[in-house]
Amino acid sequence: MGELILGLYVFTLATLVGVELIRRVPPTLHTPLMSGANAVSGITILGAVIVVGTAEGPWVTWLGAAAVVLATVNVVGGFLVTDRMLRMFRRDSER
Amino acid sequence: MALLAQQLAYIASAVLFVWGLKRLGSPDTARSGNALSASAMLLALATTLIAGEVISWTVLLVALAIGSIAGALLARLVRMTAMPQLVAVFNGFGGGASALVAAAEFLRLEASGAQGGHPALLVTIALGILVGTVTFTGSFVAFGKLQGLLPGRPVTWPLQRVLSGLLFVSLIVLGALLAGVGAELEFVAALDGWEVLALLGLGAALLGIALVLPIGGADMPVVVSLLNSYSGLAAAAAGFAIGNPLLILAGALVGAAGLILTRIMCRSMNRSLANVAFGAFGGAGATATADDGERPVRRTTTEETALLLAYASSVVVVPGYGLAVAQAQHETRKLMDLLVERGVKVSFAIHPVAGRMPGHMNVLLAEADVPYDRLLDLDEANPEFSRTDVVVVVGANDVVNPLAREADSPISGMPILNVDEARSVVVIKRSLSPGFAGLDNPLFYLDHTLMLFSDAREAMADLAREVRELK
Repeated sequence: MGELILGLYVFTLATLVGVELIRRVPPTLHTPLMSGANAVSGITILGAVIVVGTAEGPWVTWLGAAAVVLATVNVVGGFLVTDRMLRMFRRDSER
Repeated sequence: MALLAQQLAYIASAVLFVWGLKRLGSPDTARSGNALSASAMLLALATTLIAGEVISWTVLLVALAIGSIAGALLARLVRMTAMPQLVAVFNGFGGGASALVAAAEFLRLEASGAQGGHPALLVTIALGILVGTVTFTGSFVAFGKLQGLLPGRPVTWPLQRVLSGLLFVSLIVLGALLAGVGAELEFVAALDGWEVLALLGLGAALLGIALVLPIGGADMPVVVSLLNSYSGLAAAAAGFAIGNPLLILAGALVGAAGLILTRIMCRSMNRSLANVAFGAFGGAGATATADDGERPVRRTTTEETALLLAYASSVVVVPGYGLAVAQAQHETRKLMDLLVERGVKVSFAIHPVAGRMPGHMNVLLAEADVPYDRLLDLDEANPEFSRTDVVVVVGANDVVNPLAREADSPISGMPILNVDEARSVVVIKRSLSPGFAGLDNPLFYLDHTLMLFSDAREAMADLAREVRELK
């Protein structure tokens, strides 16, 4: 039970931090913010890697392998495409 | 000791995630913020690989390689105009991965015969599967709508809300069964754990489809933000399931980010989330054009418009989804350059829900090399219009519809760009057809509004040519 409560602490505080950080982001950055955040949600890759790495049955291995592929696409693609977008943002003086 | 090192590395990567997100909040630091988040992810992944007691590397490395290559190719090759679709797909993949992780954890627990003792753990597993799968299928329906594979208009069916509600309730029941509620009942005991799991996954897949299909195209910014939030929550639930605090932290950050964007989008349409989710708004009738009587509009030509623009002192362009559809962003920028050369003050006014995802227009214009300090948001733009000579509305409709300022219209109270306050307004549009909300737009019939009936891209290219020839 202790672990669950600690998890809830982390969840609650991280939500508050997230709200504070995102609230003031200017509309210009909404898309990169979303796709960058989306790449972060690929953090589930850690779980996927553990599942595959320590799997004992074939079922669990295949579930895990599928999870790794999906999460990796999410992480790698998400960060790269966010960077690609952000590279395009310029001020008038930088053109 | 190794465990301590692992936890310390996780804490370091948590700090990097938060710091990265903070730097993502300003245009000057955003790129480095994204890089910080990426390095946080790399650190976390490396730590997990080293400390994770991996026994079967082959499958793992092959899966990582496939995912990396596919992700990199998608990120490089997809056109900027297809960005909403790509974001939807990535969202879906994240949600799907979280659901699979939760499912695998359940199977692992069941194989070890330990599932009976952890009802709270099983609840988080059920939540991970539910939210993750809804994100997965919901995102793919959103993708289908954005890509034009599915109808953009709301798709509804009889008793839609009742059926979705029933489906949701039965998923809660299945989740409870998975957590061991009612295990003493005979018919429950007869079910295998994986049967409940499969039913839960299937039901959640249906729910994701049923929730997004009835939502219309112009409400996509809300849907995409909400799915973004869900993908974070699914990761957090998976974190609870496998007892990993970093998943919980990063998932919660993303959940919060998506939620904020969802709220901003809803507020920009003056609608509640419930109304967006269940209202099946828009396209109810192209018949909503109340009076069929031919109301006079003032037509104009590209020559006339070019003169108007070239001799104006200030011009504000209001882009909408039509600009993206026509891929007119580059032509628009060329026109901007020519006008700026002539000493015209040019800026762009961008409504928060213009386009199909939050910030869609900003990305599109950035791609065409329009500097971001020329882009005004709603609050910056509205005081400018009364001082503006010419407003050019290109591919936008509902976000400039003055009906929003009146009572008794479906879009009443929606904050709009008050373009009618400008000295003259040029609307570039292919026909007089109503916008997404199915409403006629009184703006088109005003005395100082000129209608330029044309494809947005052609019109912009023609205008640029005319302005160039004026020299």
